Amino acid sequence: MDLNLTEEQTLIVGMVRRFVREEIIPLELDLDPDASELPAEERERLIGLTRGMGLYGLGIPPEYGGPEIDLVTQTLIAVEMSQHRAGLYAPCYGAFGGAGLAQLFEATEAQKERYLYPTLKGEKRGFFGLSEPSGGSDPARAIQTRAVQDGDDWIINGSKLWISGADKADYGLIFARTDPDKGRNGVTCFIVDTDTPGFHVRRIVHTLRSAHYATELSFEDLRVPASNILGKVNGGFAIANDRLTRQRIPYAAGCIGVAIKAQEMALDYVPQRETFGAPLATRQGIQWMLVDNELDIRQSLWITLEAASKADRGEPFRKEAAMAKLTASEAGGRVVDRCMQMFGGLGVAKELPFERWFREMRIRRIGEGPSEVQKHVIARELLGASFR
Amino acid sequence: MRITKAWQPIAEVLDGTSSLKIHGEMGIYQLADANQQVIFIGYAGGRSPFGLRGEIGRYEETAPESAFVRLEVTTAYLSRYQELLMIHQADHGSLPACNLPVPLGRLSPG
Repeated sequence: MDLNLTEEQTLIVGMVRRFVREEIIPLELDLDPDASELPAEERERLIGLTRGMGLYGLGIPPEYGGPEIDLVTQTLIAVEMSQHRAGLYAPCYGAFGGAGLAQLFEATEAQKERYLYPTLKGEKRGFFGLSEPSGGSDPARAIQTRAVQDGDDWIINGSKLWISGADKADYGLIFARTDPDKGRNGVTCFIVDTDTPGFHVRRIVHTLRSAHYATELSFEDLRVPASNILGKVNGGFAIANDRLTRQRIPYAAGCIGVAIKAQEMALDYVPQRETFGAPLATRQGIQWMLVDNELDIRQSLWITLEAASKADRGEPFRKEAAMAKLTASEAGGRVVDRCMQMFGGLGVAKELPFERWFREMRIRRIGEGPSEVQKHVIARELLGASFR
Repeated sequence: MRITKAWQPIAEVLDGTSSLKIHGEMGIYQLADANQQVIFIGYAGGRSPFGLRGEIGRYEETAPESAFVRLEVTTAYLSRYQELLMIHQADHGSLPACNLPVPLGRLSPG
């Protein structure tokens, strides 16, 4: 078993690392410390560079114009891409593009024409509407938004909460209950245009992330044609579940990248900073924090790469993806916290990225399935369904 | 969520005679004309050298017709700033007169 990067992976990782250090980090000196977007002309320039590298559109299947890159290499790229101030939730400010709502690759041709292809061209934006005020960790049971058939249409009533990007989106995937007696098998996914009468973005939900806010949506007699059902009636949960599983790997990779950058900054700082006549690096207390950081980073990195590797081989990877998300999000928080401590007062100042990473990393333990749910998934896989 | 605090005369806030005291915190603010119509929404963020005091203090550059101000101290200044612009857009059909166009989402605040 060879754990070294291939020659191609080494080349790609090097390219992305240089891109982040030479193109992204200098831009951040002029942006608000909480910014998550670039001026349009700057973003277009960077997209030109990533296209030139052949890395634009990560996550898009090659048959739709994406680069032919396996998930392990994509994970390595995601680790590099997140190594800047906004890297957790806006890695490289979107310069590498992305698959957007990957569920649309399973859409009908007519749906692809209206939604997928314009999204891939950057002409449309979508959102993913799963969580509700009644719950997000257990969407199969918590979904109360109802869709009732009316001829060739469905009428949707209800609300969604913690939805990112809905206020700027052209359409969204909304999961609604179509059969109240079937639990997880009674949920359907609808593609909804945001200019449909009855679709409302009611409020912004302010969180620890200053720029990248969530929204609360409400649907009042929202009429959607049956042709906008994604997949099958009552087949929505399978779509949601698949997305939740796959998303955990790049989500974990982002946490690891930030942790690596934080550790790098700390390793650079502690030999220089002196207290009581000696560098911090000579203090055992500091050394042990750096060691704990390194262990946290490596453990979560190898677990995440294992998950990506199983996915590439077409093997079941649900347990591994949950382990990746759990370890990376929790380890990332510990690493950033220790590094912030080493920097002292500067660690909590907005001049350095630690305070933003600290806030945003806290969210990572909750979003995309909180740590407790990940443990539940892992335990279920370890013990088998009969012990659920 | 709209700001519903009472307007304060901007001259009194800046010369310290107002009951509203502003310092160097981060946050958002609204400037209004003599009729108390909002003409500018701004924020003091992580790069503002003197926080809300500094940003409001340069109102003659951003909105010279300003007569009143109200503000909110918050670290969620970017999302709050966007929210207030979206609410203004929803309520009036346009941004405040002195705000430059920015990419914004859409809100139906009700």
